[in-house]
Amino acid sequence: MSHHHGTREVSPHAAHVPPGPLPADIREQIVALLPRYPSKQAVTLPALHLAQDRLRCVPPWAVREIADILDLSPAEVHDTLSFYGFFRPASDPLGKKRLWICRSLACALRGADQILDQAAHKLGVEVGGTTADGAITLELAECLGACEGAPACMVDDEHIHHIDQDGKMDRLVEDLRKG
Amino acid sequence: MAAFEPVLLRRLNRPECKNLEGYRADGGYRTLERALKEMSPDQVTTVVKDSGLRGRGGAGFPTGLKWTFLPKGHPGPIYLCVNCDESEPCTFNNRYLIECDPHQVLEGIILASYAIRATTAYFYVRYEYGSGTRTMQRAIDELYAAGMLGKNILGSEYSLDVVVHRGAAAYICGEETGLIESLEGKRAWPRIKPPFPAIEGAFRKPTIVNNPETLANVVNIVERGGEWFKSLGVPPDPKNPRDAGSYGSKLYCISGHVNKPGIVELPMGVTLRELLEVHGGGVWKGRKAKGAIPGGNSMGFCTEAEFDIPLDFNGPGKVGCLGLGTAAVTVFDETTSIVDVLHNLCRFFAHESCGQCTPCREGTAWMLKIVERIKRGQGRLEDLAILEEVADKIGIMPGTTICGLADGAGWPVKTAIRKFRDEFKTYLREGPGKGPSAGMRLQMAGGH
Repeated sequence: MSHHHGTREVSPHAAHVPPGPLPADIREQIVALLPRYPSKQAVTLPALHLAQDRLRCVPPWAVREIADILDLSPAEVHDTLSFYGFFRPASDPLGKKRLWICRSLACALRGADQILDQAAHKLGVEVGGTTADGAITLELAECLGACEGAPACMVDDEHIHHIDQDGKMDRLVEDLRKG
Repeated sequence: MAAFEPVLLRRLNRPECKNLEGYRADGGYRTLERALKEMSPDQVTTVVKDSGLRGRGGAGFPTGLKWTFLPKGHPGPIYLCVNCDESEPCTFNNRYLIECDPHQVLEGIILASYAIRATTAYFYVRYEYGSGTRTMQRAIDELYAAGMLGKNILGSEYSLDVVVHRGAAAYICGEETGLIESLEGKRAWPRIKPPFPAIEGAFRKPTIVNNPETLANVVNIVERGGEWFKSLGVPPDPKNPRDAGSYGSKLYCISGHVNKPGIVELPMGVTLRELLEVHGGGVWKGRKAKGAIPGGNSMGFCTEAEFDIPLDFNGPGKVGCLGLGTAAVTVFDETTSIVDVLHNLCRFFAHESCGQCTPCREGTAWMLKIVERIKRGQGRLEDLAILEEVADKIGIMPGTTICGLADGAGWPVKTAIRKFRDEFKTYLREGPGKGPSAGMRLQMAGGH
């Protein structure tokens, strides 16, 4: 269980989550994965990734559509989805970019907790929150596997090393805001 | 003795070898070609078994022996799952392999799949390795285009598909049956064993789960022979009939308060002190070390006085650590509070317990609460005994959980208290900021 979003109030960005159905190209990509596995259920995680990459969350209607493609009940898809705190509910979608700050030991020994505070302050959000312009969601991460570059962070799925170097965090946030 | 020439990392600074053409020009895939032409699957297994190779993922189980646990004459399908979930904190050796030399890993995947008669290999990779995932996918695409994956590899009778499968940021997916459940599209709840995956694994079929570093070793073992592999590392302890030895080289990660954090490949058995002083550039800021974790969070702590242990499969156990683990060493300096370090580790395990077994879910959460209380300056002396009791009672060793996550959560607690008891007592008496190690404090993170 990675992250718990708890009972945070509905984010203002929730209004921007599109209604269904899943875009045709996403449906096609999900269907194209089916022959790679002996069970349709195995496409659950790849399908959730495809949906969230585009929609920035996995709304209930997307869960139902994925279940329909995979011959599962929506409850089965939701059961898997809810295990991985990685996937966002429609009430609290990701911003355009997700900035993860690592807090595990190798990074913590080199100031990660301060980096996380600094990022939260700079972005004006709590950990887990999204900036008012919908550009950046801030999250903490357990070890990213970038320990030789500690303190490290990650934008979406790309590592950035030595985020404590002078001005690096400022430049990163500026770049992310520009999109 | 001549300096050791890296084997697994020999293409580290040769980006041209990331492409199929460059890798082949360097002699790559010749071993596979020869094996497909000249060796039966069982012969490949025998070479690997005789080499003494033990799994590099943490448990150190003999690789070839694991392969022989598959049912004989099974009609198939049989699966290989490559465990590139690599989420043990402070561990990044497989990231280097997949980012810098994807074809070496793939050659190992194909060789191992051939040996175990797998028809599909699932490459399960943690979400956080986006760059490495794309590098692997490009390399796989190259192989399909060249007729080296899919039907009749290199004109042989053997066919194999390799599928990349991305995780979603959950530590438990590195436990082999958690990985299988996750691959199947379910919660990554580890399974009760037996049956072991070799009998009933992915999609209820016989399955072998191996680590990428293990598979990269397979290439070099099949190429150079088991005797070459056994010329590296540490032979079995003659006084310990159960020791299978620590042969070969290992990718050692080093991080934390060191001058040169990074990765280095060395024959197994280098001491923690040599790794720190020679390869890690020593402790930063001219300070002394207070201690280290020798193989990821789960292995527990070494004190500085214990740094002469060899980092082989037996060394860390000699000083009460759980084992070699991932051989990822993280050093902390003398100004660091052991309370802060332990708090960081407890927070990790409480966060990553999958919640399936009550002793782990509750135990990791309560250990964190108690260490948090100590850290705030509100701890009591009897908290140490409570922590030790909880740590002793959660895990597969006491028999209260399905997987080893809780053993790994308990070990740092037990070893920290046993080895740094005086510091805990001082902290409990005097509170934060007054003890001998108040110089470098790890902050409490905000709530989440």
